[in-house]
Amino acid sequence: MDWSKHQVLEKSSILLLIGILITVAIGGLIEIAPLFWLSSTIEQVKGMRPYTPLELAGRDIYVREGCYVCHSQMVRSLRDEVERYGHYSLAAESMYDHPFQWGSKRTGPDLARVGGKYSDEWHAAHMIDPRAVVPESVMPGYPFLARRELDYGDITERLKVLRIEGVPYTDDMIANAKADLELQVDPNAAALEEFLARYPKAQVRQFDNDASYVSELDALIAYLQMLGTLVDFATFDAAGPNLR
Amino acid sequence: MAAILEKDEWKAFSDAMALVAAGLLSLVGLILALAGKDAVMAFHGCILLGAAGLAFLYILTQMIEGAEPRVEQGYADGVIRAGVIATVFWGLAGFLVGDVIAWQLAFPALNLDLPWTTFGRLRPLHTSAVIFAFGGNALIATSFYVVQRTSFARLAGRWSPWFVFWGYQLFIVLAATGYLLGVTQSKEYAEPEWYVDLWLTAVWVVYFLVFVGTLAKRREPHIYVANWFYLAFIVTVAMLHIVNNLAVPLSLLGSKSYIIYSGVQDAMTQWWYGHNAVGFFLTAGFLGMMYYFVPKRAERPIYSYRLSIVHFWSLIFLYIWAGPHHLHYTALPDWAQTLGMTFSIMLWMPSWGGMINGLMTLSGAWDKLRTDPVIRLLVVAVAFYGMSTFEGPLMSIKSVNALSHYTDWTIGHVHSGALGWVAFITFGALYCLVPWLWHRKALYSQRLVEWHFWISTLGILLYITSMWVSGILQGLMWRAYDQLGFLEYSFVETVAAMHPFYVIRAIGGLLFVLGALIMTYNLWRTARGDEPVDAAEQPRIAAAPEFRPVPAE
Repeated sequence: MDWSKHQVLEKSSILLLIGILITVAIGGLIEIAPLFWLSSTIEQVKGMRPYTPLELAGRDIYVREGCYVCHSQMVRSLRDEVERYGHYSLAAESMYDHPFQWGSKRTGPDLARVGGKYSDEWHAAHMIDPRAVVPESVMPGYPFLARRELDYGDITERLKVLRIEGVPYTDDMIANAKADLELQVDPNAAALEEFLARYPKAQVRQFDNDASYVSELDALIAYLQMLGTLVDFATFDAAGPNLR
Repeated sequence: MAAILEKDEWKAFSDAMALVAAGLLSLVGLILALAGKDAVMAFHGCILLGAAGLAFLYILTQMIEGAEPRVEQGYADGVIRAGVIATVFWGLAGFLVGDVIAWQLAFPALNLDLPWTTFGRLRPLHTSAVIFAFGGNALIATSFYVVQRTSFARLAGRWSPWFVFWGYQLFIVLAATGYLLGVTQSKEYAEPEWYVDLWLTAVWVVYFLVFVGTLAKRREPHIYVANWFYLAFIVTVAMLHIVNNLAVPLSLLGSKSYIIYSGVQDAMTQWWYGHNAVGFFLTAGFLGMMYYFVPKRAERPIYSYRLSIVHFWSLIFLYIWAGPHHLHYTALPDWAQTLGMTFSIMLWMPSWGGMINGLMTLSGAWDKLRTDPVIRLLVVAVAFYGMSTFEGPLMSIKSVNALSHYTDWTIGHVHSGALGWVAFITFGALYCLVPWLWHRKALYSQRLVEWHFWISTLGILLYITSMWVSGILQGLMWRAYDQLGFLEYSFVETVAAMHPFYVIRAIGGLLFVLGALIMTYNLWRTARGDEPVDAAEQPRIAAAPEFRPVPAE
C-alpha cells in the first residue's frame, strides 16, 4: 500500500477538514435518520395522550431536580425487570416526552410504571423525608416542594411550544390550560367531564396534604401517579403487524 | 512601510470590531437583566453584562493606549498560560464536587435537603465541571500550544484566542450557576439550556476559526498528527452539540425550552451525542495531547506513522456509531442496538492501535518510566486508556450490558477513563507546560510529582475496584431468584448493600483530590519562580527550551 498518498490530506487543512466531516457524519445519519420515518419504530397503541397541564408541570420539576440521574424510566425486556417493574416499556409510551427521561443509572428504582403503586400520602411523606418511609434509602429529601407554590404562569406557552414540536395538544387543551391545571386538584370542579374527555384516565384529586394552594409537590405527585398508566395493555398485541 | 501601515490598520479594525462586539453583548446582557422572565435569566443577564462590560472597558483602554502596541511576535502564550491556570482551578473544583456527591451517596444526610445542594443538581455540576471545565480548558490550552509549535506559526487572530478563553469561562459559569438554580434540559452532559448552548456555539465557532486559521498560516508543509485529532475533536463536537441541543424556548427572555426530539428519537440522538462526548471530547482531543506530549517528553519520535493514519481514520469513523450501546434492551429498535454493539466491539481495534502507538513511542527509553514521574503519568494514562477501551467494548455486548447497565459498573468504567486516562494525560501535560510556559529551569519539585502520582493512582484503584464490586453485586442481586422462583431481593436491599463500596469509592476520590492539591502547590511554586529543590534529578526536557543543556555527543 502506498502510504504517501495520505500526504494529500496532511498537506491541506481544507481537504483534511472535509475528510473528517464525511467520516464522522455517516454513523449518525444511518442510525438516527431512519428512526424518524420507519413506521415500526413506535408501536401503535391505545391510550397514549399528551400530559395534562398539571402532569406536565410536575414533569418539568422532575427534570429541574435532576431525578433522571438516579431513576430510569425504561423497563428493559428482561425477565427480572418485567417481574419487578411490570410490562417492558414501549417506544410509544415516551413519544410525547420532550426530552426523554429513560435515564442511565438506577441508584433508585425504575419509575416507568410507578403510577398507582404507592398512595399520595406515601409519596408526600417520601418526598419530604425519604428515610421516614424507607429507612435504607439514600435519596435526598425535597421538603421545599411542599412549601413552594407552583409557578404555572407560562403553562399555556409550554403547551404551545410542545404543539409546535408535534405533541397533539388541541386548541381546546391550550385554551383551557390554566383552568385544567387548577381543576386537576379540585375533584368538585364543574367542568370535570370536559377535562376527562380531553385527558382520559387523568387523576383528579388533592395530591399533597395542603388544599390551600397548588404546590410543586402536587404537580410532581400527579406526574408520578400517572407514569406508565396510559397504555391499555389488554388490547396491546406485542406481535402486531405494525411491530418490529 | 506599506505592509506595516496595513498591519496597523488591520489592528485598528480588529480592535474596533472587538469593541462593537463587546458593546452589543453588554446590551444583550442589559436587556436580559432588566426584562428576563425568570430570576435565573435576569441573573445570567447581569453576569453577561458584567463580563461583556469589562471586556468593553479593557478593549477601550487598549485602543486609547494604542501608541504603544503590544508586542505581537513569536508564539501567543499568554492565553495558554491562562488556560493552564483555568484547567487547574476547574479541575480542583470538579474533583471536589465529585467527592462531595460520592459522600452524599454513602451518607444521604449530606444532601442537606436544600434545593441547591441535592445530588440531582450537583451531579451535573460535577460531570460538566470535569468534562467541560477541566477537560475543555486543558484541550483548548494544549491545542493552542501544539498547533503553534507544530505549525511554526503564531495563533491566528488578535482578540479571538482571548475571546475563546474568556467566552468559554463564561459558558462554564452560566452552565454551573444554572444547574444549581435548577435550569437544565436534563440531557446528560448536555444539560445547559438553549441560550447557554447558543453562547457555546459562538465560542466554539471562533475556536474552530482560530485553530484552522493557525493551520492555514503554517510554515511546515505537513499537518502534524496531533492536529488531526484536535481538528476532528473541534469539528465533531460542534456537530454533536448543535444537533443534540436543538430546542424551542418558551420565550427569548426566559430560560426554559423544550428539546425538539421526543422519546426514542431523542434517546438515540442523546446517546449519539453522549457517547461521542466521550469519543471526541474525552478521547480524540486527548489523543492529540498524547501524540504531542508523549514523544516530546520521551524525546523519541512517534512509534509508527502508518499506525497513526489507521488509528485516526478508523477511530473517528467507528466511534460515531457506538451510541446505541447505551440503550440495549430498551425501546430502541433492535437493528440500531445491534449496529451500536457491533461497532463498539470493532472500536476496540483502533483504540488499542492508538495505545500501542503511544506506548511503543517509549521504545529504547523505557528507563524513563523509573526516573521521570511525568513520563510515568503520561504512560500510565495511555495504559488506562487501553484498559478502559477494552472494558468498553466488553460492556457493549448485549448479554454483558444486561448485567452492567444501570449499575455502578458503568460509573467505575467512566472513571477509569476519566481519572486514569483524561486526568493523568492532562496532569502530565501540565507538568510539562508550566516550566516551559513560565520560562523555568525545572519543576519546583519532582518528588512532589512522585507523591501526586502514587496517591492518585491508589485513589483510582480504590475507585474502580469498589465500583466493579458494587456494580456487579447489584446487577446480580437485581436478577437473583429464590428457590420458589420469586425475585430474591427488594430494590432497597440492593441499595443497602452498596454502602461499604460507596464509602471506599469516596475515600478513593478524596485521595485523588489530595493528589490534585499537591500538583497545584507544585505548579504554583514552579510558576512563581521558586528555586527547584531537585533540578539535578529532572530530565533536561523538564526545562524551558532556553535552559535546556545541549546533550553531549
